[in-house]
Amino acid sequence: MNTFDSIIIGAGPAGLKAADTLANFNRKVLLIDTDAKIGGKLNLWDRLFPDFSSSQELLNQLSKNINNENVTLKLNTNIISIKNNDNHWMATDSNGNTFYATTMIIATGFDVFDAHRKEEYGYGIYKNVITSVDLEKILSGEVSIETPSKVAFIQCVGSRDEKVGNNFCSKNCCICAVKQTIELKEKFPLTDIYCFYMDLRMFGQSYEELYRRSQQDYGVNFVRGRVSEISPTMDNKVVLKAEDTLLSRPLKLTADLVVLMVGMEASKGTKILGNQLNINNTDGFVKSTDRYLSDSETTLKGLFVTGTSKRQMSIPETMNDAVNAAVIVNNFLNTL
Amino acid sequence: MDINMYNPFIVPFAFGVIVLFINLFIAFVSWIYHLDKQQSKHVLKNIISFKTIAAIWEALRECIFHRNIFKRNPVLGYMHLCFAFGWLALIVVGKMEAVAYVGEYWTNPWLAIFLRFFEDGRAFPHKEVYAFVMDLLLTFVLSGLLLALIKRVYSQLLGMKKTTKHTPSDRIALISLWCIFPLRLLAESATAAIKHNGGFLTQSLGNLLANLPIEHFVLPLWWAYSIALCLFFIFMPFTRYMHIFSEVLLVFFRKWGVTESEKKTGYTDMEINACSRCGICIDVCQLNTAANFNNVQSVYFIRNAREMVNNTKVINNCLMCNRCVDACPVGIKTTLVRQLFREKDGFNKTNYYDYLNTLSSDNKSKKYSIAYFAGCMSHLTPSIINSMKTIFDKAGENYCFIDEDKNLCCGKPLRQQGFLTQAEALKKHVTEIINQTDADFLVTSCPICYNSFVNEYNELKMPVLHHTQYIDMITTNGKIVLEKKNLSMVYHDPCEISRGCNIYEEPRNVLRKTGNLFSTENEKNDTLCCGGSIADTAIEGTDIEAIAKNTFATLTKSNPDILVTACPLCKKTFMRNNAACVKDISEIVVDSLNID
Repeated sequence: MNTFDSIIIGAGPAGLKAADTLANFNRKVLLIDTDAKIGGKLNLWDRLFPDFSSSQELLNQLSKNINNENVTLKLNTNIISIKNNDNHWMATDSNGNTFYATTMIIATGFDVFDAHRKEEYGYGIYKNVITSVDLEKILSGEVSIETPSKVAFIQCVGSRDEKVGNNFCSKNCCICAVKQTIELKEKFPLTDIYCFYMDLRMFGQSYEELYRRSQQDYGVNFVRGRVSEISPTMDNKVVLKAEDTLLSRPLKLTADLVVLMVGMEASKGTKILGNQLNINNTDGFVKSTDRYLSDSETTLKGLFVTGTSKRQMSIPETMNDAVNAAVIVNNFLNTL
Repeated sequence: MDINMYNPFIVPFAFGVIVLFINLFIAFVSWIYHLDKQQSKHVLKNIISFKTIAAIWEALRECIFHRNIFKRNPVLGYMHLCFAFGWLALIVVGKMEAVAYVGEYWTNPWLAIFLRFFEDGRAFPHKEVYAFVMDLLLTFVLSGLLLALIKRVYSQLLGMKKTTKHTPSDRIALISLWCIFPLRLLAESATAAIKHNGGFLTQSLGNLLANLPIEHFVLPLWWAYSIALCLFFIFMPFTRYMHIFSEVLLVFFRKWGVTESEKKTGYTDMEINACSRCGICIDVCQLNTAANFNNVQSVYFIRNAREMVNNTKVINNCLMCNRCVDACPVGIKTTLVRQLFREKDGFNKTNYYDYLNTLSSDNKSKKYSIAYFAGCMSHLTPSIINSMKTIFDKAGENYCFIDEDKNLCCGKPLRQQGFLTQAEALKKHVTEIINQTDADFLVTSCPICYNSFVNEYNELKMPVLHHTQYIDMITTNGKIVLEKKNLSMVYHDPCEISRGCNIYEEPRNVLRKTGNLFSTENEKNDTLCCGGSIADTAIEGTDIEAIAKNTFATLTKSNPDILVTACPLCKKTFMRNNAACVKDISEIVVDSLNID
């Protein structure tokens, strides 16, 4: 029987950091992910806000200790059910293998919003409509494009939108767009950039400063208004229809490239496990016992939760949360 | 008049009848006076024609025999038949009996009602037959009353999930109505106990009562009967029972060609007063069945309208799917009436669309086979527009995309919210642009636009097709050939083209050529609204979601590969949080096109 102190489901930033911390406490950890490689959604981004540090560099730092004897890594493993049996947790994967541990940490994270669901923006229909995730590949140089003369960013795609059933703010897209506009401007200095927003929420350290610089140093235009629809033109560009709510006027903008700032939804895995264990919130994320005092615990004994499977978080927040969860799990194991 | 055939107890009855007729007279005259010019013209044109005879027939069929209620719910139909036909027959046969008894036509008018009391035992033609028939009719009415009592307590027994809630005046009228027939039975039985002039029912009961000191109760019972009648007649014009007379009037005016106009008229009052509050619309309303609203249905809205209680929350909370209009046994155009109550008087003074007149059209010179009007909603589902372009190209059409870049609206959303001036301005402008193309057909992808073009636009110079009809046309005449795929599909009828315009077979014909089409519950004119209707401005997102989920679940019970619809708005609503494949019929057609 494979018995561990803790099974961590999800080897993204939260899972990696929690595994690393628990290993330092000399706990035996099983780290599981459905993907073929570690890092989770960190792999989708090239550089990170607000300091443009490399995501791969961070990933290298995080995975440095994963080859530690205390950590067993299992990739390409899709956990389909979690059960508690006699104070032991069992996780079963799609191949029928079962893993046992004293505690279980859910670190299944988020999924980016599927932009096909906002059909009016034409994602998948017009080839010059892309998502913020697709843009990262252009910024990293993995995909190359011709120099666009006008680029429009659309904020809150799949966030703060009753019509897709997501009433929450994804909180990271505002600053991510500011970061991406600057990077795009550095790559294509002659490109005009317009960013359509409802509100810009620059809550984090040095976010506001980055926003100011994007306007003053890089000349990015921010337009307050929701884009209603996007349609194609004869010369393979797209036209955006929107309202400039500061000027109270409708406007049309022809662009070569549209970037949809897709929001953060609970990942498929998070939803499945949350449902199965009956610890899901109405928004699909997993519920902790108490967000002030016991944010890593769930109502089930020995089951813990960390990172963006709980709610939208930035990477620094995720790191702190993962360390917190690991400490709590270690304390829990000490009391047994 | 025979002074022997008078007793003071008829006074309440006589008073009630006189008050009732004065009330009815005032109401009817005021409604007819408030018809608008167009409506009066229709009446004057058709009043002396076969339409009047047709109206008499319909009034008999619907107001006396209640055929429509029968069709929907036989038990409920029987209940209404008992009251309407039974009571009328009691009066008619009573009158005949009175005439036979007195021997001349002009008798005291109350004799038809109270004859048993005044009978002196003399013989008259067919005396026993009359006694039998009158008792039979009374039994008939009483059986209806029994059902009504059961319905009040256990509405589900009569096949109704919910029944109407009452107002205080309704309650008084209802209680007096319920008392009338049992009191008549008792009064006639008591009289029969003494005079032996009853039929099978009243005489049997009378023989039973004969053991009691019944002679003391005869007069009080007749008084009670008369007072019950009086109360009912006085309250009737202010309650649901007003429909007994208004419905007849409505049938006539409707047959004469009167329809709702742009503003509230006397005809609106006729419609409002013709509602019997039977409550059939409550059970078909998805706001009730899927979203738990139970005070916004047509029956309640119309009651508010009658009582002049203006509640915008109720007025605005309607999907205008027309399920209730379809179900209404009286045929009241409830959604049109509601639209009239949404009229925005203050806003109608300004026309925001003046600027439209300055738009120029560049489509004058070419000759087009198709004028394509996608509609605002289709611009939110570009896959539909793309598919239609592909289909037009494949069919070799020379088409003009009217609203490709012009931000045109057919005006229906404005009309539904009561912005009539603005809707008219748009209509005029859009008509002009469409007519400039001089195309053979106008094709639209939006059911809302289609409905509006068919029902509101009276100056279009070309036939209008919804894209389902157009695709059916070109697949039938071989302009495009479709390849049948092994896909299971169900079709959702969008309200605006199904109940609204009877487009049922065209989309099904097309879909049968592209895959295996399965039928669903709530098909065709019983179709369910997706919940995303733009007509409802009072509903919350969560309620829309509840309705969308409910409809989606009903449609996909057979687990089809694809749910096909023909409306961009329905498509968007179903796509909200259901990952299952929802497609427009045009997309299905493009997938099945033989691309050579």
